[in-house]
Amino acid sequence: MSALVVKGLTKAFGGLKVTRGVDLEVAPGERHLILGPNGAGKTTLFNQITGDFFPDAGTVLLNGRDITRVPARQRAHMGLARTYQIITLFGRDTILRNVTLAALGLSARRWNPFSRLDGQADLETRAMGALQRVGLDHVADRSLSETSYGERRRVEIAMALVQAPKVMLLDEPFAGLSVEERKGVQKLLMSLPRDLTMVMIEHDMDVALEFADRITLLNFGEVVVQGTRADVVADPRTREVYLGS
Amino acid sequence: MTRSLSTLVASAVALLLLATLPLWLGNTYYINVASQILYWAVFALGLNVLVGWAGLTSLGHAALFAVSGYTAAILVTAGHSHLVGAVAAIAMTVATAAVFAVLALRATGIGFLMITLALGQILWGIAYRWASLTNGDNGINFKTRPQPFGLDLTSAPAFYYLALLVFLAAVASMLVFVRSPLGAALRGTRDQPRRMTALGYNVWLIRFLAFLLSGFWTAVAGLLFLYYNQFISPQIAALQTSAEALLMVISGGTATILGPIAGAAIVVIMKNVVSAYVERWNMVLGIIFVLIISFMPEGLVPGVRRLIGVAWRGMRPAKAVITVRGEASS
Repeated sequence: MSALVVKGLTKAFGGLKVTRGVDLEVAPGERHLILGPNGAGKTTLFNQITGDFFPDAGTVLLNGRDITRVPARQRAHMGLARTYQIITLFGRDTILRNVTLAALGLSARRWNPFSRLDGQADLETRAMGALQRVGLDHVADRSLSETSYGERRRVEIAMALVQAPKVMLLDEPFAGLSVEERKGVQKLLMSLPRDLTMVMIEHDMDVALEFADRITLLNFGEVVVQGTRADVVADPRTREVYLGS
Repeated sequence: MTRSLSTLVASAVALLLLATLPLWLGNTYYINVASQILYWAVFALGLNVLVGWAGLTSLGHAALFAVSGYTAAILVTAGHSHLVGAVAAIAMTVATAAVFAVLALRATGIGFLMITLALGQILWGIAYRWASLTNGDNGINFKTRPQPFGLDLTSAPAFYYLALLVFLAAVASMLVFVRSPLGAALRGTRDQPRRMTALGYNVWLIRFLAFLLSGFWTAVAGLLFLYYNQFISPQIAALQTSAEALLMVISGGTATILGPIAGAAIVVIMKNVVSAYVERWNMVLGIIFVLIISFMPEGLVPGVRRLIGVAWRGMRPAKAVITVRGEASS
């Protein structure tokens, strides 16, 4: 059974069709890359998979279950996690609190108005585990406002990882990073276990191609090419999309 | 002295001063002013749950405040006991807050503010025009204060201690709530609602529950207002009351416990004390708010904390620094 299946996903904003019948199939443990120029509909596709927008037509299956009309918050409980192109973290809190809040999101204790969040040792332990995985455990108590952009990218990834997702969507995880930081994040993503399925949007071809098992190239909301890394790179339509005919 | 120890000492001193206030203040008038500060502070703390921690600015809370007072006044005047009146007042206000929340939480920001304003004005209109129920503009006289456990609350100190107990309960509940998982989740919905949804939180429901908590403490404050004044009229449901409560929260410092309390103290003292000496006390209050917003945009309490921090750092001697060449510099 595929980890993620997208069938005929269509979304329009007024007269503008942003995704047009997109099909996508991601096998368990696969690293799938979504490529495409600006405005190709990549982030809109992600937003429909995560439930930020409901599609006008088409279906989304997560581990065989139809989640097309499932609210976004419930998709997190079903094993879907994401990171954002524009970093969205809790700037007034520490790194540890950010990740703890992510761990709390899947716990029934999130409704508890009485006990102290600071006292939830198991949540903090899990958060520290995720931070250790992304190499930020030594600065866990640092306020987010005192962190670098690269560290914030890692916090985003830690927040997704702490939820132990089955499928993780990464929206341009290398955006805004220095060359060194890119290498660090790339190494981190490559080190993640194969039981985690990852779908990534990325512009940086050098790092992205190394990451991908299979690639989908989008342009004007449509799938142009889909296949293995070698297939897509060799396809003349890829060159056409990126360099023009 | 560590920060937690200094907080503990400051809290103990504040508690001691509050507990002995009628003894060292003496004057009945000022004890009554203190009682007013306490119940307005409870109202402001309730509003702060929405404004400060949920990031939802309401201009309709005066209506909730009035629903509580009116419900108790109508029931007790009709012959029911104070207990029935109080329980019904809180239940009715929380139910009204639930209706407000369902309607207003369709929006955030200005939209939320405008819906709460409109709902507040509707209830003000009902209080004003449904004279057979509310006695219209004449208001309702509330003949006696309750006597919980046989305690007589007619004297100023006795009422002050009731208000103090309720105030301390409100502060304690806010302290517990804000540090709880649900409190953290609420702050998360204020800062990054989309991210919170992606993390599995039901942002709407968290905000709805916050509205109910806010409504609960607004109801309690409304009851204290009724017991203190022994009178309620549509004026209390008017926009001006909502705006005043909002100013208390914003000027004192949103998303803090002390901020709304300080804001309530400023407004009540201006109204009751400064107005005795300055005819245009409203202007003085306006100037104070302008000064606070200009120099401490984060509010009085966080602003004072910031200034003290700056002054403290300025007073400390500079640490010696070893430069890369190994030379000591200051």
